[in-house]
Formats: sequence, C-alpha cells, structure tokens
Amino acid sequence: MKKILFSLILMLVTIQLSAQDNGVEMADKLRSDGKIYVVVVCIVIILLGLLAYLFSIDKRLKKIEKENLPKN
Amino acid sequence: MNKTWWKILGSVLVVYTAIAGLLLGVPRLPILNESIRNLYFHVPMWFAMIVLFSISVFYSIKSLSSKSEIDDMKAVESVNAGIIFGLLGLVTGAIWAKYTWGQFWSFDPKQNFAAISVLLYFAYLILRNAIDEEQKRAKISAIYNIFAFPMMVVLLFVLPRLKDSLHPGNGGNPGFNSYDLDSRMRMVFYPACLGWILIGYWVYTIKFRLRSLENKQQAN
Repeated sequence: MKKILFSLILMLVTIQLSAQDNGVEMADKLRSDGKIYVVVVCIVIILLGLLAYLFSIDKRLKKIEKENLPKN
Repeated sequence: MNKTWWKILGSVLVVYTAIAGLLLGVPRLPILNESIRNLYFHVPMWFAMIVLFSISVFYSIKSLSSKSEIDDMKAVESVNAGIIFGLLGLVTGAIWAKYTWGQFWSFDPKQNFAAISVLLYFAYLILRNAIDEEQKRAKISAIYNIFAFPMMVVLLFVLPRLKDSLHPGNGGNPGFNSYDLDSRMRMVFYPACLGWILIGYWVYTIKFRLRSLENKQQAN
C-alpha cells in the first residue's frame, strides 16, 4: 500500500511538472487565454483522487463481504 | 455486474470528459461563451439521476410481487444515490444560470420543477423513516415510488415545455441538440453521460452492499 501511495505521489508530481512545461508552450497554440491546463490538471487530480478513493472503498467492502460469507 | 471493467470504464470516461470537455473546441455562441462546456458536467448529473431513479422504480415494482427485502433495499439505495446527483444537478444548474440568465434562482419553471422532483424523492425517504414495520414500509414506499417516478418525468420533461422557460429545450427554446450540439460536442457529451451513469451506478452498488452487510449484522 505504501509503495503504491509513494508511486502515486511521484506520478502526481511529474504530472504537474510536465503540465507546467507544456502548458506555457501549448496554451499559446491551442487557446489564446493560457493557463487553462492548470485548471484541467487540478480537476483531473481531484477526479483521480475521488475515483481512487471509490476504488479503495470498493476493495474494503469486498474484503468485508468475503469475511461475512462463511458465517451465513 | 460485480466486475471491475465497467468501474474502470466509467472512471476513464469521466476523466476523459474533464480533459476533453475543457480543451476541445466548442461552438462560439453569445451569452453562453465558454460556459457551454457546462453541458458536459451539468446535464450528465440529471441523466445519472434519472437512470438511478429508474432502477429504483424497477426494484420497487419487483419488490411488490417478490416481497423480497433485497429488492426493497435496492430501491432505497438507488434513490439515495440518485438524490446526490439531483442535488449536484440543481447546484450546477443554479451556478450556470447565474452567469447566463443573471440569477442563481430565477424561479424558472425548469428550476422549480427540478427542485420539486428532488423534493418528491426526499419525501420518499422521509416516508420510509416514518414507518417502523418492515413489510408495511416496503409495500407503502414501493407504491409511493411508483407514483413518484412518473411525476418526476412529468415535472422534468413535460410541464417545463408548456411554460415560458429559459432552459434549452423548454418553452419554445430549442434544445441543445437542435443547433449547437455539433459533432465536436457529441464526442464529449455522450461519453460524459455514460461515464457519470456508470459512476452513479457504482455508488449505488456500494451503498447497497453496505446496507445488506449492515442488515446481515443486525440479523446475527
């Protein structure tokens, strides 16, 4: 779990870095009002976080369901 | 449906819509401006809500004939999950309205009726809490739900059309489909709807599984 969390944090850091590098260059080409990428990165991080949380709840629930099965 | 592939699909679609919805091209329209992108986020909330309420009414009808507690629990938990999406739809709609119609709540028929339809389902939950006996609760709330569902459909899709409304698709206003939803927007809008419906269904299954576990523990 710790390893996964650590690699996730590392990934998030690199996402932000690459977004900052590309964002400045690409915003001029694709969109006249730049820095929209910052918002996109934030929204994606929030969504990824919430979805990862949902997956972890699901996983825990599965574990409890398995524990409860043999009893009944 | 106890597999993971559709959960991953839903997650991928939702993340895709966040990226594509903000970055891909949209039609240039006055008043709406960039807020047209809200279509990818505000409308799917309502679709997810309607799908969840449909699941609920399906299990309500089923529970009347099967008299099974599981069907009753499925009906409640899908309403519980659906209400979250309905509230999110109301709030995002109000914010969008502030910057296009001028006010958060202009007592537009669509807004009012949407709020009433969410209240209908709050009433469903309150009705359930008011009845202690399980068999009676399942039966009465199932019948209420069967009446509430067509009411919700009428409130959301029929009545606003008969009145003057600012909302697209109502009161003589053309819907988004007719002229602004071009092929670029469809590429994001349909995946967004499917993605949020899947996420909504996922939340419902989690809530249902939690409740059935709690139920088992109470029985033991």
